[in-house]
Amino acid sequence: MLDLVWLFPVIPAVSFLIILFFGKRLPKKGAEVGILAVGALFLMACVVAAQWIDRVENAGHGSEKGLAALGHSVVAAAEGHEGGGEVQPIVHGFTWWQNGNAKFVVGARVDGLVVMMLLVVTIISLLVHIYSTAYMHDDRRYTYYYAALSLFTASMLLLVVSANLLQLLVGWELVGVCSFMLIGHWWEEQANSNAALKAFLTTRTGDVGLMIGVIICFFAANSFDIAKVNAYALSPGADHSLMMWASIALMFGIMGKSGQFFLHTWLPDAMAGPTPVSALIHAATMVVAGVYLGARVYPVFFNGFSIGTSTVNMMAIVGGVTILIGAALAFVQQDIKKVLAYSTISQLGYMVMALGVGAWSAALFHLFTHAFFKACLFLGAGSISHSATHHSFDMREMGGLRKKMPITFWTFMIATLALAGIFPFAGFWSKDEILATAGQGRYDIFVVVGLVGAVMTAAYMTRCVYLTFFGKYRGHHHPHESSPAITVPLIILAVLSLLAGLLQAVPFNIKKFETWLEPVGGLPNLVHPTFDYRLATISVALASMAIGAMSFFLFRREESGAFQGLTERSKLAGAGYRFLEKKYYLDDLYEGVIVSAVKGPIARASYWFNQTVIDGVVNGAGRGATRLGRWTYDVFDQELVDGAVNDIGRETAMAGGGMTKLQSGRLQRYALLLLASVGVIGLAIYIVNIA
Amino acid sequence: MPINYFLILSAFLFCTGAYGVLARRNSVLVLMSIELMLNAVNLNLVAFSTQVHNVSGQIFALFVITIAAAEVGIGLAIVLLIFRNLRSPDLDQVEQLKG
Repeated sequence: MLDLVWLFPVIPAVSFLIILFFGKRLPKKGAEVGILAVGALFLMACVVAAQWIDRVENAGHGSEKGLAALGHSVVAAAEGHEGGGEVQPIVHGFTWWQNGNAKFVVGARVDGLVVMMLLVVTIISLLVHIYSTAYMHDDRRYTYYYAALSLFTASMLLLVVSANLLQLLVGWELVGVCSFMLIGHWWEEQANSNAALKAFLTTRTGDVGLMIGVIICFFAANSFDIAKVNAYALSPGADHSLMMWASIALMFGIMGKSGQFFLHTWLPDAMAGPTPVSALIHAATMVVAGVYLGARVYPVFFNGFSIGTSTVNMMAIVGGVTILIGAALAFVQQDIKKVLAYSTISQLGYMVMALGVGAWSAALFHLFTHAFFKACLFLGAGSISHSATHHSFDMREMGGLRKKMPITFWTFMIATLALAGIFPFAGFWSKDEILATAGQGRYDIFVVVGLVGAVMTAAYMTRCVYLTFFGKYRGHHHPHESSPAITVPLIILAVLSLLAGLLQAVPFNIKKFETWLEPVGGLPNLVHPTFDYRLATISVALASMAIGAMSFFLFRREESGAFQGLTERSKLAGAGYRFLEKKYYLDDLYEGVIVSAVKGPIARASYWFNQTVIDGVVNGAGRGATRLGRWTYDVFDQELVDGAVNDIGRETAMAGGGMTKLQSGRLQRYALLLLASVGVIGLAIYIVNIA
Repeated sequence: MPINYFLILSAFLFCTGAYGVLARRNSVLVLMSIELMLNAVNLNLVAFSTQVHNVSGQIFALFVITIAAAEVGIGLAIVLLIFRNLRSPDLDQVEQLKG
């Protein structure tokens, strides 16, 4: 099975074509083809995972030491020496085309990272496919929707299994296109198609950087092969400044795709798409493609940003800033999906920051757990809008749904606790691993950022849950629990959010995730932290306190009836609120300032400069020049230049008039001309050759 | 057999074709004349090919035949459209592109 991984992108691609061409004639309008294909993929992913785990465990069996020293003998392994117990990735590929030295291989690769991503993508995609049968039930483009879902799954899997950067780039752009198609699924509304365009163009802005980065990597390592690029970055002869530029360029790609500050503005707007799409693409899979890329070519970043030796670097800063700004924005949203979108941005910040501080496996562990609980939250929000508020996501129309929708409520609660990082839910283990690794390196400031982020996460999710499920129902519909096609995926995801973290429960000496993930053939020396009880206690205590304080504040506010609160009474809080509500004015910066500055102030400023400074000089010079000009005008301009220009014009017009006669519109005249000119040319050649 | 015979026949065919293209008014006949010209070229290619014992000329002739078939398909479609629009196959009436 490990040799057949190339089937993963092929199967959904075939299903895409079948749905596209025959979907409308099938009894379930094409949904059954998609579900069947993704179901098969999920089973295959399970088999692949089992075989991979078997391979890793058996390789480690011979020498326990080999596993413990995993990643330490990397340079040797990258050069092809089979280290003791080192598990090598399996790569299959064929040469697509070859041009001189450059060889372009298409292929599939299996290693710990790929296996993990295959599992995540297929599980979430399968659940979303099933969920959509109910959620999209009477959509007018139901078949088209399923076709796009299949195409997305194919592109994402193509991206994941690719063994070289060029193929990865193809998959990367394809998921971008699918994201565009699905955000704009209801394109009849202008706002939706605008959101789709914004998402596409913003990520494309980052992709320019990505493309430059890939090109730099190619010229550095002389190959697009990921293994070769990584081996080059790890070798002692690697050019550090070249790797730094490559890292910075690649970082832009990550910022665009994974919604990092300052290219994050598209992600909240992307919520215009159907909710299952938001869960699949904009929470669990596509947006983590950036993190995946960072992990895939990690040695490049490790070398370029000196992650092993520096105390601060661009990757960690971008991640840290994103955590805080995303979390702060989540406080002021009225739309439940926007809260979750900003939360996603913030959590992606955790992953990028983790990569930046050297917590490679912790970043991917967080990716793994986040996929489950965030998909669960999004699908929960979809369930509410489907069954309680009639396609509205405004939290002002919700409230009091706890008793009406018990399954949605409990799954949402579990996912919220996982997101807030409360013991023993999945988010606790992954977030704590990130913080612990940051604390063991030289990155203490990022531990603080992470803790502040955890507090904010707990607080805004409390607000979200309170507004949705507690208090009184404020809508005008009849809420009821959703159908099994919606609740069963929710329950499965909630169970995963509860249990997924136990794969890497360091205090109980369970490090399965790390053991299975890390054999990727080419990693720098990684820090593996011991469990930090102090840090874990602090983070859980802070998060619990945030939940407690926020609930206290919210419930008391309900009792006193003062719904209009702090922002009205305090000027400072009001200003802060408006600042957040306007999303730090970033959209205004992009659309208003940068675009209109070129039209407005900058144009006015240059006008003023023109009028006062330049005109002064010009007027002085002008008066002197006028006399010279007058003379030039009379003699030079009128006589010489004008005469020449007029003559040229007249001649051209006459020549043109003559030529129009040639264009008779008659076919046979043209043929005659053609033949005559061939004759003339032939004659000329004949004369030249003879003479 | 001397090659001259073929060349003279081919030249005769080509001139007939060229005359037809330039002088006939019926568009179907013009198309047929184009075929004549193409076949004159084919004859040349095959004649030279046997002369210098090199098959590439014959392969070229095969290509020309294939492309001529495609060209006739498109040409007849155009003629049909001209007839439908102008109610006549007469090429003299097609002069809408006059400059």
